[in-house]
Amino acid sequence: MKIIHSDVLVIGGGLAGQRVALAAKRRGLEPSILSLVPAKRSHSVAAQGGMQASLANCFKGEGDNEDVHFEDTVRGSDWGCDQRVARMFAHVAPKAIRELAAWGVAWNRVRAGEHEAVINGQRVTLTEREDAHGLITARDFGGTRKWRTCYTSDGTGHAMLYTVSDRVIAEAIPVHERQEALALIHDGHRCHGAVVRDLITGELSAHLARATVIATGGYGRIWGISTNALINEGMGAALALETGVARLGNMEAVQFHPTAILPTGILVTEGCRGDGGVLRDVDGHRFMPDYEPEKKDLASRDVVSRRMAEHMRAGKGVKSPYGEHLWLDITQLGAAHIDRNLREVKDICRYFLGIDPAKDFIPVRPTQHYSMGGVRTDYRGESQWLSGLFSCGEAACWDMHGFNRLGGNSVAETVVAGMLVGEYVADFCQSRHGDQEISTALAREFVQREQRGLEKIIANPGHENAVDLRRRMEQIMTDKVGLFRNGPDLESAVAELAELLARSGEVGVNGGLDANPELVLAYRLPRMLKVALTVAMGALNRTESRGAHFREDYPARNDRDWLNRTLACWREGDALPRLDYEELDVLRMELPPGFRGYGAKNIIDHPDTAPRQAEVDEMRAAKLDRYAVQSYLMSFKHLLPLKYRGRNERLDEPLP
Amino acid sequence: MTASRTLTFHVFRHNPRDSGGEPGVREYQVEETPGMTLFIALTRIREEHDPGLSFDFVCRAGVCGSCAMLINGRPGLACRTLTSELPGTISLFPLPGFELIADLSVNTGKWMRAMSERLQAWVHLGSEVNPNQIEAAMDPDLAEAVYELDRCIECGCCVAACGTALMRPDFVGAVGMNKLARFRLDPRDDRSDAEYYQLIGDDSGIFGCMSLLGCQDVCPKELSLQTQIAFMRRAMARQGL
Repeated sequence: MKIIHSDVLVIGGGLAGQRVALAAKRRGLEPSILSLVPAKRSHSVAAQGGMQASLANCFKGEGDNEDVHFEDTVRGSDWGCDQRVARMFAHVAPKAIRELAAWGVAWNRVRAGEHEAVINGQRVTLTEREDAHGLITARDFGGTRKWRTCYTSDGTGHAMLYTVSDRVIAEAIPVHERQEALALIHDGHRCHGAVVRDLITGELSAHLARATVIATGGYGRIWGISTNALINEGMGAALALETGVARLGNMEAVQFHPTAILPTGILVTEGCRGDGGVLRDVDGHRFMPDYEPEKKDLASRDVVSRRMAEHMRAGKGVKSPYGEHLWLDITQLGAAHIDRNLREVKDICRYFLGIDPAKDFIPVRPTQHYSMGGVRTDYRGESQWLSGLFSCGEAACWDMHGFNRLGGNSVAETVVAGMLVGEYVADFCQSRHGDQEISTALAREFVQREQRGLEKIIANPGHENAVDLRRRMEQIMTDKVGLFRNGPDLESAVAELAELLARSGEVGVNGGLDANPELVLAYRLPRMLKVALTVAMGALNRTESRGAHFREDYPARNDRDWLNRTLACWREGDALPRLDYEELDVLRMELPPGFRGYGAKNIIDHPDTAPRQAEVDEMRAAKLDRYAVQSYLMSFKHLLPLKYRGRNERLDEPLP
Repeated sequence: MTASRTLTFHVFRHNPRDSGGEPGVREYQVEETPGMTLFIALTRIREEHDPGLSFDFVCRAGVCGSCAMLINGRPGLACRTLTSELPGTISLFPLPGFELIADLSVNTGKWMRAMSERLQAWVHLGSEVNPNQIEAAMDPDLAEAVYELDRCIECGCCVAACGTALMRPDFVGAVGMNKLARFRLDPRDDRSDAEYYQLIGDDSGIFGCMSLLGCQDVCPKELSLQTQIAFMRRAMARQGL
């Protein structure tokens, strides 16, 4: 049995995973990264529109700071997030973007003087200040009160991923490409690494480490149509789930993006609307102001997606061979703007639709996009149930997004979480908790178990077809666990997914144990089904509507009974996951639950909300310095690694 | 859409680790559907005809660079190639110049990492910055020019289309030279031309290019590869004098 040792085993080569590895390396540890694909092909590369960080450089960003970013993030989450984590994030995001700027990301910059922009359908002239010339600029995004989304044209994820990957190469961190973790090696209390399969040769090996980090991205590919890359099949969540010990958080919290094209679900960025594009219906009518007069096309993603679906239900959709859609109109922005700032969108339109977005409307509809749920961890990124197991990025639920993520907060989270969790991982490794006490017998046991599992699949007579079962799973998720949810549909989804899971054990495979795509699907399928079941059961149990989780039979946000986080655990031998709940403490919230300002107010209040709001109002009335108020209401700086506690400088906020 | 066609695919099939196996071409028939890409067609072939067929798609949106292959003899991204733009008979072969994994899957990742290590293809920082402080200003036009060269997706098409790369396995390719042109343009990288000369000042680098322009013809991101190579060659020639 081949055994490979490192200090930190990072599963996943996207932005979060690579940034964790860099942090560990810089603390003197030896990390290694596993990646299904060459690291630069990870799904981070597909992020288009930008990264939120409150730099306040551009005119429409003036007055922005951590407080505003924090509040936007918490409102966006529909108060489902961990506010301490959202605070840590908002505080470190400016540092993350400045670090990336130094490492080589070619962020678009402020040009002093006048320039034209399209805001709410009107062409306006904005004037940028002289002292901001050459600093990082930002564009507007949904659900934000300032222009805070920094970008490199609409290839932001690409620019960030290449820069971070280049640093990983520069710092000589090994990336084991085309390697897949099949199982975590653990003793029920402590995680020791993973059983890893080489996707070229089929060989299994044991990767042992002091700390193991799951940074595998989301689980969008359990839906039939998703903006996600094909590799986002939820295998990180499944790894944690199959330990029987670690838990997943808020798996039912799944975001649908308003603007993915037909039929394949390729995303066109929210930057289209941020830069002034609008949604139109079959009559060419701009309908979002009818529903959301204040934020219009730039309401939060969950809201825009639901309004679009509602409008199509009202008969205003455009019929096509691939189902109904609406139009995204960016013609008003002009060819010059599109050529410079929306060039990936232009390419997508040209190659996949054969249209020119400077002249033609783009056919779009809401499509599965982001997994707010994931491996539940504490604010340090460590599982509370399995020591030495960490997780960060979209794979994790340290919980900065709650039930809806803001656009631009995803790539921002990857690097911020990478920086922070990387430090905590290093602290762990350098403490006595990080001592490695694994016996090779345990590693062998885990490797042999996976080997037997694969051999069993090869030996199966093959009563079931993996492709058919997968398509059925995707259809169930799309039809019954989508944008609008209800009890009867969710009940039937759970029952049918459980049946598919039982049948998935009978899948047969023709080829052998080496590079064999048929085998890969066969062993991933039951794992995907387990992840799908945690989503469907979480959605069935949660009898309220919060953020992206919308129950037609329970349309109110119910803070009284559901201001909590779903935890899912799957004990070995069980037919279904077990759910329990973790309360959110209103009395410790900096921003007590309130109304997001979309549609009609429909909230069942938590009994602690009013008293907490009174405390907060009293504190704010004292007119103290904003740092003092913040620290009184919800101190968080002591949670940060020492090196990231410093204040962020801005043009109007010099460092003390 | 005109009347639907039945497409005939000739696809290279070979697993080099299969000791008895000979390289060959298999034929598949697929009904064309509106908006069909080679990603959709190959997925259908795998699902309906040949579950063991290996190929690499990740983003299927033309941004990750995984799916470059020879499409009727020409390197290109399969995911964003519409079948409607191709004749009824389509041949698909793995990208030359890279280690074959199986069928249409080649190891571009290994090649690109080795190239990056050899060319030290990262921004060489003078010193780490204090991330609490306002970032250094950068000319907006220069930032856009750097981004322009940064758009390379390391798909390998330029290497597959390069005469020199086919003759010299150690040639760094347009991808490598474009990277150094990108870092040379970037004020954050403090390397001098003398240092770049050490990396590419020979026939495996800038002086190996025969200016056949294949790289630029096939680049899916339409990067100005020949212009970048010409600039670099002039700068490196000056160093060599």
